Formats: sequence, structure tokens, C-alpha cells
Amino acid sequence: MAPNLPLFSPPEDPGPSFIRLLEQMGHLGWGHMTQANLPSAIHGFQDPSPNIQPLRHGTTIVAVRCAGGVVMAGDRRATEGYSIANRTMEKVFPADSHSGVAIAGTAGPAVEMVKLFQTQLEHYEKVEGAALSLEGKANQLAMMVRGHLPMAMQGLVVIPLFAGYDMRRNTGRIFTYDVTGGHYEESDFHATGSGGRDARTAIKLGYKDNMSVDEAITLVVEALYQAADEDSATGGPDMVRGIYPTVAVITEAGFERVTDERVALSFRELIAAKQQGGQLP
Amino acid sequence: MTMPFYVAPEQVMKDRAEYAQKGIARGRSLIASTFSDGILIVAENPSRSLHKISEIYDRIAFAGVGKYNEFDQLRVAGIRHADTKGYAYSREDVDARSLANLYAQYLGQVFTHEMKPMEVEILVAELGIESSGDQLYHIAYEGTIMDEERFTVLGGDAEPIMERMESSWSRDHSLEQAISEMVAALAGPRKTIAPSELEVAALARSGGRRAFRRIGEAELQAILGAG
Repeated sequence: MAPNLPLFSPPEDPGPSFIRLLEQMGHLGWGHMTQANLPSAIHGFQDPSPNIQPLRHGTTIVAVRCAGGVVMAGDRRATEGYSIANRTMEKVFPADSHSGVAIAGTAGPAVEMVKLFQTQLEHYEKVEGAALSLEGKANQLAMMVRGHLPMAMQGLVVIPLFAGYDMRRNTGRIFTYDVTGGHYEESDFHATGSGGRDARTAIKLGYKDNMSVDEAITLVVEALYQAADEDSATGGPDMVRGIYPTVAVITEAGFERVTDERVALSFRELIAAKQQGGQLP
Repeated sequence: MTMPFYVAPEQVMKDRAEYAQKGIARGRSLIASTFSDGILIVAENPSRSLHKISEIYDRIAFAGVGKYNEFDQLRVAGIRHADTKGYAYSREDVDARSLANLYAQYLGQVFTHEMKPMEVEILVAELGIESSGDQLYHIAYEGTIMDEERFTVLGGDAEPIMERMESSWSRDHSLEQAISEMVAALAGPRKTIAPSELEVAALARSGGRRAFRRIGEAELQAILGAG
């Protein structure tokens, strides 16, 4: 047989799925992360409540539909219990050229899930010669979340938020998930994570149909500001260090990260407006 | 009961080589060449959907001539090799040299041990960070591997195309110039090839992380029409 060239007989062929390929090649794939072979350090966690405290979670991630696409954003704080573990954590990633994924929950498996998801989409696109439909991508992510359920049961929860530009329907679309892999399409906006409720309220108050991209950026900035104001696990704009939430715009032209300067400007305008209105002490 | 006739090993190899060469010569040729911004691959291919040229990884492209099902199987294996390697190690650790070696070993293995050799000639191209790092690996049906730094021609009609490329090639060509010259070299003096009969793709240094880009019929029409 060929030395290392991954060729398969028809019944074993993994097709365009990278996850099935990993399984066929005997790598520790996502599906293998069952209760039975969890790393020993986490294996003991049967009752999550006292133990999940030191693990990183708590976040606010948002997505808002606007004219010609969708805007995604996430704060930058990672926490371990009551202390801050990381101030520059990225929680919004490109999934492929025209979609993005944001993560809330335990940082380690969440980042790993994103990496696997990105590879899965690119692998499919290269093997098949065409990208998956947006709905197909959302389904793939749902299967990964479902595969992660045993870990979630032990407290290592990962909840993604998926959004993208649907090239066939020429519109932005947002998909939300629960721990069991259930996924639901949102019509206009959504926010999850520990500050998600506050962010959702802020967006609900300011949302208009067919907002421009700039208006949507202003709105997600306001939402993240309000979430950080109420939730200790969500980081606000760090003007001292120059660290601002991640904001990305996905349109027909593709996934594009908004520059830090642009986000900083938006925060300065927001704060100036609040000070003028006498809303801040 | 019949005894098989004795056939000298030299004869077996010769027959197999002839068989493979015949299969490859039936198909049309393909040129890969470096240019100012990277690597260009131009193939004569009337099909819009059955590609001869494809993306393997961020900076690696694949091309094949000969039997479609055979080189397509190698293409998919290449993507699988690259994606698993990049996933397990790092994207930077995926390189064309090791993939080209795997292909060469596999083709060599099939040529000597299987009933039928593979009727393919393949190319693995890697875009360097700078133009001096561009690499073209040309692998023949029996596993011979050649690395080129300027250009290489795959397929049955290679020699005259090679000569025409020799006289027109320059590393300083722009994308448009390089495509025009390569299409002319592929066609020869007595023939012209319409854009609808061509498959063209580039690995371009200006292209971002995934450097592979197909150059579609409309863009080709503009380039070849003007040239």
C-alpha cells in the first residue's frame, strides 16, 4: 500500500468530510471526545457545578443583520472564575470567505471547534470544487456542537453563533445553537454568552430593518458597551491599553474585520454622546 | 493446465511504460510556469466542470493530465494529506516537496507492482514567499520526479511546446503577458485555442492566504483578445 498517501477503498472513503477523514486516519477526531476517553484531568467532573468555576467562559457575542449582509462582534475578555485570564481573546473568526463564527463558553474546546469547522469547510470546498451552501455550513456546525454534548454535560459548554452572506439568496443570515446541537435561524439579530441578555435588549431597542453597515456597527458597539456595563465576564472597550471588541462585516464581498481604529472611533462617539446626554455619571 | 510464458522483466517494464505513455499522449497538454507574481498553470480543457488544475493548500496547486479518474484520485489524496498535516501541525508545515515525494513513491509502487500503471502525469506547484522560492514538481507515470524552477510541460506533446516556451519565457512577465505567451506556446503556430477551451489558474503572491485563483473565461477573453 502507499506509504502515507491517504487513499481509501470505496467503503472506507470519507468523501468530502474532514472529520470522517480524521476518524479514518485514526487521529483523535472530534467524535472521539466521548466521556470514556476524556483527558484524565477533566474526567473526574461528574457534577459540574463546583468544578466549572476555574474554567474559562463568560462572553458576549452578537450578530445583527443589515442591508447587504450581517455584522458580527464579540468582546475580548476571558475569565477564570473571578479573575481575568486574557484581555485580548478573539471570539469572532472567519469560518470561510463568506461566513463567520463567534464563540461563547469554554475557551479551549471552543477555539478547537472553530479550527475544525474552518478546516471542514475549506476541505469540502477543495475536494468538491464548490463551497457548501450557508445552510449546509450551519448544519455542519450543529453536528459538531452535538458531538461535543458529552463534554458539555461535564460543564465544558461551547455555544457558537454562526452568520454569513447567503450567495444564493443574496442576504445575510444568522444561526444560533443550543448545547444539544439544535440550531435555529434568527430573523434579525441575536446575542449569546453571559452578557447576551443585556446585549439583546440594547439591540432590540435600536434595531431597524435594512440598517446600513455603519448603523449596524454603531448598534453592536452600543450592545457590547451595555453588556460589559452589566456583566462582569464581558470586557468593555479598554481605552488605556487600546483593546477594543472584535467587529466583522460579512457582505457579498466577503468576511472583513473592521479595523480597531474604526471600532475605537465608534466607542468614542458613543461615550461622547452619553456624556452630553448626561447619561454617565 | 497452461503454464504462463516467461517474459523478461525488461520487456514487462517496456510494455507498461508504452501502455502508460499511449494513455497520456491521448490527452491534451498543460504548461506550468513562473511569472512575476507567482505561478501560472494553463491547460487545454474543453470541460467547465471536470478540472485538470486544482487547489491543494494555501500555496500549493495540483495539475494532472491523462486519465481523469486516476489523477483526480491523486488530487483528493493530496488535499487530504495537506489538510490533515496542517491541522495536526501548523499551516506553515505543509510543503509541496513532501507531497511530491509521496506521489512519486505511490506512482513508482503502482508502476512496478500493479497490473496496470497509472496513465497520468502530475504537477505539484508551490508558491514561494519570494519568487526564488517558487517550485514546480513534475511527476511522471512511473514515479520519476523532476523539479523545475522556470516552467514545465505535461502531456504527450511536450517537446515542441517546451521549445516554444524556451524562446518566450521570462520571469518578469506580467499575468497577462505570461498567459498570452503560454497559450501561444500550447497552441503552436498553426492553431489558436479559444478561451472556452482553456483552463487557467494562478498561485499569486498578491492573493492572500489562499493564493490559488481560477482565471475565468471572461477574464481570459479580455486578456487574449487584447494580446
